[in-house]
Amino acid sequence: MKHKIYKDIDAIVADVPDGARIMFGGFGGAGFPNNLIQALARRGTKDITAISNNCGTHDGELGMLFKLDRIRHVIASFPGPHATYFQERFAAKEVTLELVPQGILCERMRAAAAGLLGFYTTVGVGTEVAAKKEERILDGKRCILETPIRADYAFIKAEKADELGNLTYRLAAQNFNPIMAMAAKTTIAEVEEIVPVGAIDPESVMTPAIFVHRIAQAKGIRYAG
Amino acid sequence: MPAKPRLTREQIARRAALELPDGAYVNLGWGIPNLIADHLPAGITVYFHSENGILGMGRRAKAGEEDYDLVDAMKVPVTLVPGASFFHQADAHLMTRGGHLDVAVLGGFQVSEKGDLANWKIPGAKGPGGIGGAMDIAAGTKRLIVCMEHTTKEGAPKIVRECTYPLTGLACVTTIVTDLAVIDVTPQGLALREVAHDWTPAEVQELTGAPLAVPGHVPEMRFS
Repeated sequence: MKHKIYKDIDAIVADVPDGARIMFGGFGGAGFPNNLIQALARRGTKDITAISNNCGTHDGELGMLFKLDRIRHVIASFPGPHATYFQERFAAKEVTLELVPQGILCERMRAAAAGLLGFYTTVGVGTEVAAKKEERILDGKRCILETPIRADYAFIKAEKADELGNLTYRLAAQNFNPIMAMAAKTTIAEVEEIVPVGAIDPESVMTPAIFVHRIAQAKGIRYAG
Repeated sequence: MPAKPRLTREQIARRAALELPDGAYVNLGWGIPNLIADHLPAGITVYFHSENGILGMGRRAKAGEEDYDLVDAMKVPVTLVPGASFFHQADAHLMTRGGHLDVAVLGGFQVSEKGDLANWKIPGAKGPGGIGGAMDIAAGTKRLIVCMEHTTKEGAPKIVRECTYPLTGLACVTTIVTDLAVIDVTPQGLALREVAHDWTPAEVQELTGAPLAVPGHVPEMRFS
């Protein structure tokens, strides 16, 4: 059995290099890998490309990484009214942003996960997000070509993992996590609880273990925003 | 002459709530639309969709019952109704983009006479704006209602011939509910359906940046 469990949350991110492309799960305060983010802040990795729905809540969530000037480029759908450190860095031109419609952000990551090289959509036609994208007519409708979003790492938050890496999520805290888990080369999960193999009913597995490479039980911040 | 009273945000929400059919699956956006859940007519059951992966979202959580893993798109702790379900964000937007929802209600900065919507960035405002789920919803929802004030704070029309603000979607809005009127977007252009109490169609047209087709009798905006 591959060994995926890390006792130390700092060790689990110790090899994340400068310039890494990292997906971060979470939405609306729920399902953020806050302890992994804090560990990455301590690690000091810089020039990160971050892929996440938003850009932090003050110091919380991704906020700390913007505060410490570790993120160079971000791909997001809604930076957010409380993303104060991102807004400062963006205004100072210290970070660049690609804004992506939220569902298309999901689908571009899913395309990467699924081995697809792109897809056409009507979303964003005639808007700023269509700039420089191929446009054509399919089924009588104007549509644009969207390409995959890949990443070196996905930092995700789950409720429970077994020792193989099968995951379950709690309530609305799954949000982006299952999608990002499938889309990155290395998926790192912080979880509330680690249980023995077989303790999660196969019918209840929400992210199959094949997508999960490292697991740590996080004892710290649950909601950082 | 003092300005005539217009509808409050709650009254706009109450009027828009009457557009929701019984049993509908509905997404509510930020701003006035978010108030609609508190103004549903008696006897109507609708199932609220939240883009973070909830179908069957109930009322806001009371003090003491908040669970921060159960929040709406505005980060507010909510409850569930019987029959609710959870799913991930990709499926949540598959529901919006794929035309599975019956109605979505969004806020708006501008709506054009063709039903183009601008609602994610104000030119000249600080920061890059935020799209969120609005473009997916605009592209795919069967019936898109926009709730907004009829004019800007400076008095400029928000219903216009062509949007000058960054667009959210083309020809996507079906109905506009404002503090002065209910207006439908039709293939022939905008059609005035109702006007607010004490307002005439001519006065509403005066504050609208695109021509309104006005039937012989325009009823007052109803709330039940």
